[in-house]
Amino acid sequence: MTNHWIDFKNSDVILIMGANPAENHPVSFRWIMKAKDAGAKVITVDPRFTRSAAKSDLYAPLRSGTDIAFLGGLINYIIQNKLYFEQYVRDYTNAAYLVSGDFKLPGELAGLFSGYDPKKRSYDTKSWSFQKNADESVMKDPTMQDPNSVFQLLKKHYGRYTPELVSKTTGTPKEKLLEVYKLFASTGKPDKAGTSLYAMGWTQHTVGTQNIRAMSIIQLLLGNMGVAGGGINALRGESNVQGSTDHGLLFHILPGYIPVPSADLKDLSAYNEKNTPKSKDPQSANWWQNRPKYMTSYLKAIYGAKATKENDFGYAWLPKLDPGMNASWLMIFDNMIKGKFKGFFAWGQNPACSGSNSTKVRNALAKLDWMVTANLFDNETASFWKGPGMDPATVKTEVFFLPAATSFEKEGSVSNSGRWAQWRTAAVKPLGQCKPDAEIIHELFQKLKAMYVKDGGALPEQLTNLTWNYGFKRADGTIKSVDIHAVAKEINGYFLEDVEEKPKPLKPGEKAPPPPPPGTPKKMLGKKGELVGGFAQLQDDGTTSCGSWIYCQSYNEKGNMMARRGRKDPTGLGMFPEWSWCWPVNRRIIYNRASCDPDGKPYNLKKAVVYWNPTVVQPTGALGAWVGDVPDGPWPPMSNEKEGKKPFIMRSDGVAAIFGTGMKDGPFPEHYEPVECPVPENFFSKQMSNPASKIFTDANIKEDLLATNDARFPLVATTYRVTEHWQTGVMTRNTPWLLELQPRQFCEISVELAKEKNISNGDIIEISSARGKIDAVAMVTLRMKPFKIGDRMVHEIGLPWCFGWHTPGVGDSANLLTPTAGDANTMIPETKAFMVGIARKG
Amino acid sequence: MTVSRRDFFKLSGSGIAAATLGFNLAPVEAKAEDLAIRYAKESTTICPYCSVGCGMIVHTLGGNVINIEGDPDHPINEGSLCPKGSSVYQLRDNKARVTKPMYRAAGASEWKEVSWDWALDEIALKVKKNRDASFISTSKIKIKEKIGTVEIEKEIDAVVNRTMGMASVGSAALDNEECYLYQKFLRGLGLVYIEHQARI
Repeated sequence: MTNHWIDFKNSDVILIMGANPAENHPVSFRWIMKAKDAGAKVITVDPRFTRSAAKSDLYAPLRSGTDIAFLGGLINYIIQNKLYFEQYVRDYTNAAYLVSGDFKLPGELAGLFSGYDPKKRSYDTKSWSFQKNADESVMKDPTMQDPNSVFQLLKKHYGRYTPELVSKTTGTPKEKLLEVYKLFASTGKPDKAGTSLYAMGWTQHTVGTQNIRAMSIIQLLLGNMGVAGGGINALRGESNVQGSTDHGLLFHILPGYIPVPSADLKDLSAYNEKNTPKSKDPQSANWWQNRPKYMTSYLKAIYGAKATKENDFGYAWLPKLDPGMNASWLMIFDNMIKGKFKGFFAWGQNPACSGSNSTKVRNALAKLDWMVTANLFDNETASFWKGPGMDPATVKTEVFFLPAATSFEKEGSVSNSGRWAQWRTAAVKPLGQCKPDAEIIHELFQKLKAMYVKDGGALPEQLTNLTWNYGFKRADGTIKSVDIHAVAKEINGYFLEDVEEKPKPLKPGEKAPPPPPPGTPKKMLGKKGELVGGFAQLQDDGTTSCGSWIYCQSYNEKGNMMARRGRKDPTGLGMFPEWSWCWPVNRRIIYNRASCDPDGKPYNLKKAVVYWNPTVVQPTGALGAWVGDVPDGPWPPMSNEKEGKKPFIMRSDGVAAIFGTGMKDGPFPEHYEPVECPVPENFFSKQMSNPASKIFTDANIKEDLLATNDARFPLVATTYRVTEHWQTGVMTRNTPWLLELQPRQFCEISVELAKEKNISNGDIIEISSARGKIDAVAMVTLRMKPFKIGDRMVHEIGLPWCFGWHTPGVGDSANLLTPTAGDANTMIPETKAFMVGIARKG
Repeated sequence: MTVSRRDFFKLSGSGIAAATLGFNLAPVEAKAEDLAIRYAKESTTICPYCSVGCGMIVHTLGGNVINIEGDPDHPINEGSLCPKGSSVYQLRDNKARVTKPMYRAAGASEWKEVSWDWALDEIALKVKKNRDASFISTSKIKIKEKIGTVEIEKEIDAVVNRTMGMASVGSAALDNEECYLYQKFLRGLGLVYIEHQARI
């Protein structure tokens, strides 16, 4: 989230699309209701009339997988009716930039952007670049009238997204479409805020990233980024999925969103050269220019004294990817089913139900020699060898089940969707012989380290050089158990030497200040052994350590900031700056300087997140400071030509990207059908599905089948969660109170479809896709309605995915039906829109 | 006198301060005597389910959990919980919890209970064997190199130091500190196939 849960109350219009907070984030809905009480309007767009829809002022149905068409129509509406916030768009986005004359839009190239290579299923993005002046700066047209300007290209591209064509594709009635457009576009006024709440309903598509980009473009056009009650807010699914992402449990990132090194970057300087953006624009803070500090501090955190300047801080020990190597989720199970892995860890996760095309996942597990799994309860992954269709006698996989402690049986922090890292205390000792995950990891590490020290093996240093000094030592020096505070402190980082404050780099033409008189005490950033106060103090020369730079400040010399329980709310906006701690540097709303005009005056005086007070005298003697939330950097607002900075500091050019040159599948979102869809044509172009998405076509893998526009599977299906269960249901299916409330797999179907198929409420039906079938209880409901797509009637059905065979009598996972296909940018599987058939059983 | 749940917490938690407030606490005290949480230890925690991050109070007595409920001081949930949060108590009071390590041998049709030491020793042996056998120190990759003004593509053996025979998924169910330790451990073993819930 750019904003946070309580901030929903500050919104004027809340668009719930691709999410269902009333059922899946129930407690958050109280903040939506508080906004409503204060006069806000709530819109829900969803294939199903959800409980969020029931509480909304406006509901619009749409067919799963057509969000870009819907949102593209909104972009068109905003531009055609001149409802955008012009100054914001001109000054804070790249709308005024001029794009290369070679660039072509999908409207000109049958659905493709310029640069597509069908053999590689990818784009050469050369033509997506900006025109440059002689001094390498980007050419701009502040009037945004140049036909090559981003704004005019945007207008041209979405000019194709007429209400008629959108309605024909999405199945949303045209008048509903226009009602939503009118209401949400009303937040383009400078003092109005609209927010976007989304979840897996947007991400789990082959165009998932572009769904979110489409909304980001809307939020930028309307000036809704950085403001209270605005933003792009991902309602994440798990109590710490924000934190597990922040801490780099993904193939492509180290903690703090630092790229995993690839083999072509042979040393740290090559790595830094490639991964450190440069900017000559004096008004761009270009925050990622600090990346080398974060990388070196990470290496110092994990390798400690073994990491020296001479050995490149141990860069060689970090495992590296081949350039362009894809080691993501879908590839793991694709490699596994091809017998490429012998060993596998499924730690606190149940891929046999959560993985798309779960049959492929389950069959892949049977190809392993061994699997280690840690969990609270036995589940479909741990016991896959005795699941449906498996003959235990022929499954050779050895399985270790390690019983883990639950959340209140151990200490540590979790980060919610609003980036608040909150500390949990240990209420009781773990049940039976259960151990905290940290303890299990620690013991495995100690055993492996001892073996490598004693017997050697492949590059032992990679493991034995890791720092692992987490307290509670036995008499012989070995560590008895992990002190989780010591880990939290390592994540925060230490000064490894006395570090002096460095003078600011001189600007061109600036004279160096006179040297201080002798005897002047040195200004220190920190002393050796102290915890680092914040990431601005991190160094690239090995004098600081930091396990994850975005968490720097979370546990510093002032104490454990994540355990704070202060209830002050000085702005009245619900930011609670002294409750727990949020990254980065306790900034509750990111990009908050964009909530002010270029002079630092808030667009909405009543809900000012920050403002520039020019009369404040800072400790340095400088005049002027930001007041309110922790600002996105201390620099004055951008109207100060000498010192001022642009607000989007994580972008190397300081402005938000309406034109996204870094995307794999196009700089603007374009509507493509899901890999499985109910129609023979895409009404927007000749290109059916995302040309850069990842599809699996190996004929030797019998589990990978697709069936699009196929008479056997004429119904669109989507999956979702229910209030009473969580994810695959491992915890909630084992909670008797919850299982009683929601006891088995059901399938929501419309009254019209039920009539057509002769199905009554409560009948057992079979749902089948090209990949598998499951049984469910039919729930005939008004919540689902058929869609008119072009000139045909298309039905959609809905399936929760929280069940699995391991719990008797509940039915098996809906993911047995979903396809193996990945989003072009993130490789997230497309489980929210696929095709099925249904039939009454017996 | 009506005492809200929140007031009750405040009052019962600071009896002396409350006694000086100058109003009658008798109903509060009478009520408190009935409650099992009267002498319980309170620990604060955060709900393990969705990402709203609701605060909870865990009441324990003699090392046992006797009650879990919403934390009224928490600014997000202000004491309220959803059905899942309200049921967290049953994650502890639960016969289905696995409380001892288990092992399933190749071809076996049942689990058997094993000791932690045996399980971790076996796993460590298997991990080491796998790593030593599947570790590659270099990989053939193509790079572009400039010779004068001409860019040529050539194949080189580049250092990769990675383990190819193992993969890991998980976990958003771990605490931040555990996630950090886990990625450190896995990267220390040379793994690159590291994924978790965020990808799906």
